[in-house]
Amino acid sequence: MTISFQINGQAKSMDIEDGNTPLLWVIRDMLNHKGTKFGCGKAACGACTLLIDGEAVRSCSYAVKFAAGKSITTIEGLGNKENPHPVQQAWIEEIVPQCGYCQPGFMMATAALLEKIPQPTDEDIDKNIINVCRCGTYYRMRKAIHKAAQIKAESIDPINS
Amino acid sequence: MKKRLHFSLLFLGLVIFGFGLASSTGYNTYYVSETDSVENASSSEAFDKMMQVLTHERCVNCHPNDNVPKQGADSHPHYFGITRGDENMGYQATNCATCHQSENNDYSGVPGAPEWSLAPDKMKWEGLSRVEIAKSMMDAERNGGRTPEETLHHLTEHELVLWAWNPGLDANGNLREVPPVPKDEYIAAVKEWFENGAVIPSE
Repeated sequence: MTISFQINGQAKSMDIEDGNTPLLWVIRDMLNHKGTKFGCGKAACGACTLLIDGEAVRSCSYAVKFAAGKSITTIEGLGNKENPHPVQQAWIEEIVPQCGYCQPGFMMATAALLEKIPQPTDEDIDKNIINVCRCGTYYRMRKAIHKAAQIKAESIDPINS
Repeated sequence: MKKRLHFSLLFLGLVIFGFGLASSTGYNTYYVSETDSVENASSSEAFDKMMQVLTHERCVNCHPNDNVPKQGADSHPHYFGITRGDENMGYQATNCATCHQSENNDYSGVPGAPEWSLAPDKMKWEGLSRVEIAKSMMDAERNGGRTPEETLHHLTEHELVLWAWNPGLDANGNLREVPPVPKDEYIAAVKEWFENGAVIPSE
């Protein structure tokens, strides 16, 4: 079957034998976007989190057939070195990663959170950011999430910042 | 003779009152009543069969009494601290659809069905007896304002309910347990129970 979607702003049509193939596999192994990680394969750890039409989704548990006609954003499409997303900028400023493996998933979940709740409280973070980091960088991530909210607000309203 | 006349008038009055009540609430076809004993053995059997399903964890896991969805045959709290949220679907950026789609995912072992969500808080069944569950699901105050016809539809046609017989593989690749009554028998039992007046037996 042919499945068409947008990924990081680019239209793609993929010939997929099994429409139930996890989207993660298509993105990593067929499209060669390696930023989205395989962690547990059970939608438990969140390393594979990406955005589909702006919503955070665990891509290891998302059949590629459901992506038809949708817009996918991975960590590669969130921003770049010249123009980082506020979440990426905050992650750099707070020197969040240790091993780094789980961080793209956290950053994508955070990007989704800030679209829903521009200034999240610690409680909002606890409820919405439930990915797993075996290095235990949670403390620095919390700081970075607040920092990202601040950067995002300033970028939207630079005059009053 | 006089006693029999009084009894007949009383019975007639109750019938008229009953029709009036049914008409005023729009519940023309079904009603809920409690009796000390269920006279209709067939209806009682249908009730038993229906409740074997509705008290099974495939149903009750999503009707929690503490806003925490349950998982598995042991009904443990949903992993990762997931709770109800404002609209029965988790939180703003992490919700049911973050992991659950409209179908089971046998690659990850994550279950899925259309409209995947918790039952609203008023529909809490966890910890209730089968009679209490039956009363709850027939009470418009606690069943989302459903008429008996709508409750019958929910119980026999809602894809999320019928998912119980197609629960897919768990994260270890094992088939999840299905309710103890086959789907067709359950649907027939529910319809029979409603057709016989949705009589809820006493405890």
